[in-house]
Amino acid sequence: MVRETAPKPVILEVNGLSKQFPGVKALDDVSLTVRAGEVMALVGENGAGKSTIVKILTGIYKPDGGSIKVDGTSVNFVRPSDSWLAGISAIHQETSVFEELTVAENIFMGHQPTKPRVPLIDWRDMHQRAQEILDRMDVPISTRALVRDLSVAQRHILGVAKALSHDAQVVIMDEPSASLSRREIEQLMVIVRQLRDEGKGVIFISHKFDEIFEIADRYTVLRDGELVGDGDISDVNQDDLVKLMVGRSLDEVFPKVDVPIGEVVFSVDGFTHDTEFDDISFTLRKGEILGFYGLVGAGRSELMQAIFGITHPRSGTLVLDGVQVKIDSPVEAMRAGLAYVPEDRQHQGAILPMSIRKNMTLPLIEQLSHRGFLNRRKQLGATKEMGARLSVKAAHWDQQVEDLSGGNQQKVVIGKWLATRPRIIILDEPTKGIDIGSKAAVHEFMGELVAQGLSVILVSSELEEVRGMADRVIVMHEGRIRGEFNRRDATPENIVSVASGLELAA
Amino acid sequence: MSATRETERYTVADKAKWSVWSIFQTWEVILLTLLVFVFIVNSNTSPYFLNTYNLADATFNFSEKAIIALPMALVIIMRDIDISVASIIALCSMLMGLGAEAGIGVPGLIMIGLAGGVAAGMFNGFLVTGLGLPAIVVTIGTFTLFRGIAYVVLGDGAVTTYPAGLRFFGQGYVFGIIPFEFILFLLLAMVFGVLLHFTVIGRRIYAIGNNPIAARFTGIAVNRYRFVAFCLVGMMAGLAAVLLTSRIGSTRPNIALGWELEIITMVVLGGVNILGGSGTIPGVVIAVLLVGMVTFGFGLLNIPGIIMTVFIGSLLIITISIPILVQRLRDRARLRAQQAEVGTD
Amino acid sequence: MTASDLRALLTRRREPALALLIVVLVVLIGIRAPFFVSIDSLSGVLTDTSILMMLACAEMLVILTRGIDLSLAANVAFTGMAVALLSMSYPELPVVAYIVSALLIGLVLGAFNGFFVAIIGIPPIVVTLGTLSMFRGLVFVISGGEWVNRHEMPDIYQMFPMETFLGLPHLLWVAVTVIPMFWLFMNHTKAGRSLYAIGGNPQAARYVGIPIEARLFMVYAIAGMIAGLCGYLWTARFAVAYTEIAIGFELVVIAACVIGGVSIAGGVGTIPGVVLGALFLGLIANALPVMGWSPFWKQAISGAVILIAVVLNSRSHKRQGKLIVRRDEATAS
Repeated sequence: MVRETAPKPVILEVNGLSKQFPGVKALDDVSLTVRAGEVMALVGENGAGKSTIVKILTGIYKPDGGSIKVDGTSVNFVRPSDSWLAGISAIHQETSVFEELTVAENIFMGHQPTKPRVPLIDWRDMHQRAQEILDRMDVPISTRALVRDLSVAQRHILGVAKALSHDAQVVIMDEPSASLSRREIEQLMVIVRQLRDEGKGVIFISHKFDEIFEIADRYTVLRDGELVGDGDISDVNQDDLVKLMVGRSLDEVFPKVDVPIGEVVFSVDGFTHDTEFDDISFTLRKGEILGFYGLVGAGRSELMQAIFGITHPRSGTLVLDGVQVKIDSPVEAMRAGLAYVPEDRQHQGAILPMSIRKNMTLPLIEQLSHRGFLNRRKQLGATKEMGARLSVKAAHWDQQVEDLSGGNQQKVVIGKWLATRPRIIILDEPTKGIDIGSKAAVHEFMGELVAQGLSVILVSSELEEVRGMADRVIVMHEGRIRGEFNRRDATPENIVSVASGLELAA
Repeated sequence: MSATRETERYTVADKAKWSVWSIFQTWEVILLTLLVFVFIVNSNTSPYFLNTYNLADATFNFSEKAIIALPMALVIIMRDIDISVASIIALCSMLMGLGAEAGIGVPGLIMIGLAGGVAAGMFNGFLVTGLGLPAIVVTIGTFTLFRGIAYVVLGDGAVTTYPAGLRFFGQGYVFGIIPFEFILFLLLAMVFGVLLHFTVIGRRIYAIGNNPIAARFTGIAVNRYRFVAFCLVGMMAGLAAVLLTSRIGSTRPNIALGWELEIITMVVLGGVNILGGSGTIPGVVIAVLLVGMVTFGFGLLNIPGIIMTVFIGSLLIITISIPILVQRLRDRARLRAQQAEVGTD
Repeated sequence: MTASDLRALLTRRREPALALLIVVLVVLIGIRAPFFVSIDSLSGVLTDTSILMMLACAEMLVILTRGIDLSLAANVAFTGMAVALLSMSYPELPVVAYIVSALLIGLVLGAFNGFFVAIIGIPPIVVTLGTLSMFRGLVFVISGGEWVNRHEMPDIYQMFPMETFLGLPHLLWVAVTVIPMFWLFMNHTKAGRSLYAIGGNPQAARYVGIPIEARLFMVYAIAGMIAGLCGYLWTARFAVAYTEIAIGFELVVIAACVIGGVSIAGGVGTIPGVVLGALFLGLIANALPVMGWSPFWKQAISGAVILIAVVLNSRSHKRQGKLIVRRDEATAS
């Protein structure tokens, strides 16, 4: 591929951007540039400030300081429409669609074409333009289809179409491939290249290094809200980027301890659900950390929730210590010695408006009471024990969980489940969106758990985490187990190709 | 292991630092202050206000509504609502009327009222939790249906032939001065207060209200709690039907018309968050007394009851607005303080 | 069209099913009482239902944005009383003046709701519960508890709704003007479509630049304005204004929306659906006496219909499973 050698014109210039939220400095003096006809990869861990930048560039947040220039002109975004009028549009991370509306209307919501002279929507023009955009991307979706009937992948493509409808100079893609299959990702890459070749600037946010090295021309790395490095992608390799992102070596973040692995304590056989997963069988040994890797939507959380009795599989059996058990509710799962720390900490894990003490004692509240009457002293005792064990940082135990940092919130949720003294603990994305220090602490703690003879199931979408912590990795794709690797064979290439639905090359 | 961690430069206090100011900020104290204020104003404007007999009799105005407000608080804390309560009263009173005409005695009539209420509550609860329908539309439907049934059965007629023995429940006094209804309300308030604030059940009710998904993931049978709460509301509405029928001695299909919104207003005024998750029984009790005393005071001044609704409506909106505005100002101040801190780094 | 297509049409879209049901009902009633299907009688049903149809359209806007307005009926009562008093004091004004004052007074009351919902951020159910009491009480305050009776209102005031134009009463013409305006607004303007966006996914609505607070304020103001108009029409049509006018009507209006397929969770609902929902309730009310049934059945039937509609609403909008497992693909590989 021949590229021009002369430097391309800068179309987006961000200088000294800062943003403060109650309790956290989200961005601190961050600068970056995007040139016309190039793809700039914005890299960083969850919570590094990438999404904040996106929200500032799209006019959702107002920065506390700093300047933004588009095409050399200073801009000040008061509302989202200012941003796309200036030529910036974004595909947001969240599935920001309107389910009950049509594809065309989703693409044009907020900037529908109107008829000349009267302020009425020109539906014909809208459908026509939507059709043109979809044709350009070569996707066969009807502009009149309701979005609720679209698949996850089609919804992401809709997001791209939405960005294209603005005829933007700068297109921001915030983890566009998170839940796409390999084939769909290739389709996406074609679109990104097309945008680049049309002379647009693309900000590409992704956690997948292979994509970054495939598509990006330059990179910018953020850590804890600060700019820690930028340059040409050809000057760095993956390890360099990881070091910049994490700020410490992988060994520190993934302190894997070797624990003798014992006999099989738990096995799942033929677990099948009508829509979420199919024919799942695996075993778990004493002292083992079993990793579950897969793309978002591969059915891992749904599987874990069925094992924990929150939902019900159509068929399949669970065997605990050689005895078949039936788990129909979370209470029965707890009694059987299972604990499940769910993926979505804020919605499924913690009860944010309640105190640390009330959260930590909730599963065990009956044991900590006297004939159904609450006993504060007993609760406090249990809370203190777990809180200290996990080194929860808080002002006092009656502090509301929503006032804690993400890492400490997660510690409270884990603590709540450890208090039930489980033998098997399922951790579903336990370090998603928490700071690096807490992350290391959670990992260290997993080591302690297995050392005490517990078994851990670790569900994670982070490749490094699964590889760094798990003794064995099971890879799921579209609701099925597609591969199982021991620690030695769990190379990134193997895992990713299986997770994307490809068969192993070897 | 844990011992070394505890000494790790970080100590966590058992509870928040106690301050006098924090007590004054509670909703209950704000309401109580208002209640005292109303008391003082009333006693200064009317010489008849501070009369024990008058005060005691004033409780007749609100005791039945207040009894329903208690379980309603539980329902609202768990993010549901029941619009059908007044219609349940009409339904139960109608059933009692049929019973009375059939010559059933006082204990039987009471049983009919309570059982009818529980059945109506179960019907609501089933539609909401069993079929997963939104409580507000379900109970708007049953609000229409239940009273509709009363209309079908009674038409423009009325039942006025109740046995004399029933009269005590709505008209009788205990210790010769305190209305039985009011005593019953106070007893029930204590039962509901203890249930909500001192038991495992209460803790779980708050957990459900604050985050139903996390509550379910923690093993709480969320739908069972919600179902039972609807049954309790139904039962208390049935009880209110017994008291009201006894008090006015007759049943018409338009009995207790419009009570549902008055009851919900009392609950919300009592500090129960309409979005669920918070609220207390003492708060509801004080709100009930506040509304009752205002009504009584207006009555003594010969101000028509309807004007009272203007007062209650404004009170509701103002009392809900103030904490929201205060919180907004406080957040802004907090952010500014943090920015100042960053600046001096 | 296959049977399954037909079923899909009837279960997924409320309007055809409801329209069919109404036609079937009219035919059935017509068999029992042929005079019911005469033009006069049917236009009578429409006229009787006009106010409910307009209020239901207004309420739909509010419910679409995940809100609720319980104060509409109280607004009707207040505005009705206010313009009735106005007509008593200034009987020489043209009827347009009364209508415009009604629109303005209703608008102010609606804007009051809108201020607390959109600017302060109090849940709509709490705000409108409060204003329901306030407005209703204020009717008493401005009227001193007195009624305004037929002989106190100028003729021009009370005659207008039932006077005919091209054979149909003005009241019906007002509805026939207002409802298409609602339809045009909801289907062909950016502001109208934005209400679907706000109710469907508020966060996404913010992302695409919809000014949510301004829209919410607008919605409550419009609802209030329509309620004001209905306040005039109500008091003029029945030639009486008193404190308890339209009491409890707020829930009938919401019921019409629910029957018309409006989801209380927001983001779903159409003007034709709501109009048909209101018409259905109106039809029941008018058909009972014709069928020789006691009018006391009206409420019970309405209640049962609301519950059935709620169940159907939830069925037609229930999400299908995610279908992660693509069985055909799996067997092929």
